[in-house]
Amino acid sequence: MKRGVGLWIAALSVYAFLYVPLAVVVLFSFNDSELNAEWVGFTTRWYAKLLSDQTMLQAAANSLFIAIVSSTVATVLGAMAGLAMHRYKVRWLAFLALTPVAMPEILLGVSLLLFFRQVLDLTLGLVSILVAHITFSIGFVAIIVRARLAGLDESLFEAARDLGATPWMTFRRVLFPLMMPGLLAGYLMSFTLSIDDFVITFFTAGVGVTTLPLQIYSMIKVAVTPEVNAVSTLLMALTLTMIGLASRLAPETLRGKG
Amino acid sequence: MALLEFRNVSKRFGSLLAVDNVSFAVDSGEFFTLLGPSGCGKTTLLRMLAGFDAPDAGDILLDDKSLAGVPPEKRPLHTVFQNYALFPHLTVEGNISFPLEMAGRPKDEIRRRVAGMLALVHLEEKEDAFPHELSGGQKQRVALARGLVNKPRVLLLDEPLGALDAKLREEMQIELIALQRNVGVTFIFVTHAQQEALALSHRIAVMRAGRIEQLDEPDRLYGFPQNRFVADFIGKINLLDVDVLESTPDRLSLAAKGLGTLTAPPVQGVQPGAHGCLALRPEQMRVVAENEDTGLPNHFPGVVRDLLYEGDVTLYRVVLRNGTALEAMIANSAPGRPRFFEVDDRVEIGWRPEAGRYLHD
Repeated sequence: MKRGVGLWIAALSVYAFLYVPLAVVVLFSFNDSELNAEWVGFTTRWYAKLLSDQTMLQAAANSLFIAIVSSTVATVLGAMAGLAMHRYKVRWLAFLALTPVAMPEILLGVSLLLFFRQVLDLTLGLVSILVAHITFSIGFVAIIVRARLAGLDESLFEAARDLGATPWMTFRRVLFPLMMPGLLAGYLMSFTLSIDDFVITFFTAGVGVTTLPLQIYSMIKVAVTPEVNAVSTLLMALTLTMIGLASRLAPETLRGKG
Repeated sequence: MALLEFRNVSKRFGSLLAVDNVSFAVDSGEFFTLLGPSGCGKTTLLRMLAGFDAPDAGDILLDDKSLAGVPPEKRPLHTVFQNYALFPHLTVEGNISFPLEMAGRPKDEIRRRVAGMLALVHLEEKEDAFPHELSGGQKQRVALARGLVNKPRVLLLDEPLGALDAKLREEMQIELIALQRNVGVTFIFVTHAQQEALALSHRIAVMRAGRIEQLDEPDRLYGFPQNRFVADFIGKINLLDVDVLESTPDRLSLAAKGLGTLTAPPVQGVQPGAHGCLALRPEQMRVVAENEDTGLPNHFPGVVRDLLYEGDVTLYRVVLRNGTALEAMIANSAPGRPRFFEVDDRVEIGWRPEAGRYLHD
């Protein structure tokens, strides 16, 4: 009994440590005061202010565009990588695809910057951000798709062939529908990673294009305004929705099998 | 003309010779079983027939035409997999219509034939259920319906009853026999369960280490096993080591070490001095109390070592003077009556000479 209580306290403190700062941001985004100091009263005016802030809207539009395009491309490429890893069991293949997942973001950011500028002599902007985001998302999609495939019974594909399906029809009618939850989960995961990525975007954005996280960063350099709290709250809500959807669609990737 | 023929088929996996120069033919409408312990090559034969593996040597013919190079989807054979391999994202109806859709049949025909199959396997009310909502027996029926709906020339069944519990397995065996008789499709059945093979098949090929040990009808296989392996694998058997004393056209005279002489039916080509064993089915054994007369020419004294009461019958293990244990299966006469013998009882065990079968080593 005593031990149970101790465990509960420990667990609650950890959760408090994780979630209290987030709760504070959400709370103060509704605070009717310019200062993040004391609670004055409830308001939604910071959200209204956000909607009239052209720079902010442009940054949000950029972030959404980048997230949608990069996660679409990453899902297609990552699914192919996942399929290949599952089918051919070549160890270095898995290693190559998964390394970007484990690589420190700063390293990936710097190396992409050098690659774009020194090797390709590309002007940084939307394209470079897109390529960067696709690069780090592929690995995640590949992991999720491979986990999904590993949970499938191989004899299903033999059964399809046996019952008269060509390899292409086996893919279309059996493999693809069974991969679908993994693909959706991978897409949502990439979307989440892309929309709130700061480090890699910071190195590959150049001067012209700003995303939401970059915009937030540039704002808090001056002061943490309630407007920052409001945009952070929105971003948080979007991210949580995506993660929630992903875990519903492919529980085995986020919760472990069973 | 045989419907299906294996001609000198061999298949090697690395250093393992999984199938070793196997030949046999299956007739149209036959219920043919490949029986053997795991790793005997029976599943490999089935996979080569379905087109998932290719033989290293030899040929497989259907209607006298070679299947070499024909991909699985082009072979007029369907398989019922061990774990059923039902498509989890499709309903029962979707699973059964799959082969018809792949064959490009018109929609109304698909509808009609799927309905017919559902009725045949008694699953009309489960049409819209998904596989995970079905019991083991129901999944089994869906797999059978899916395999049969497009009227294959041959239905291959890979241990399809292995995942069912004993009672359900017996029910499915009866259903399988009826189903095969109704649809008239040739069945090739793979199993390691000898009782299942005996119950279901027209003919059985007993396999070991990539070879066919004996190919026969169930009653012949049970009654006249050709060697020690088959005798031991099919049903319960007593094997008594013997030397041949005399071999004539109408009987064999044998000597069992430490016991004495006995007689057995003749076997062609056996010479005096040969060594082998006498195979005896437990249900052919007679056991009486030690001073009673068995009335049989072959009998020896022994002691009941163990007994196993099984309701309808009791298995008595009788140890002879030379240490050999013989099992006797004796029907229990009436409900509630005491057993005939108890452990440590001194008995006389005997059998009719025709009941024995000499197997050469």
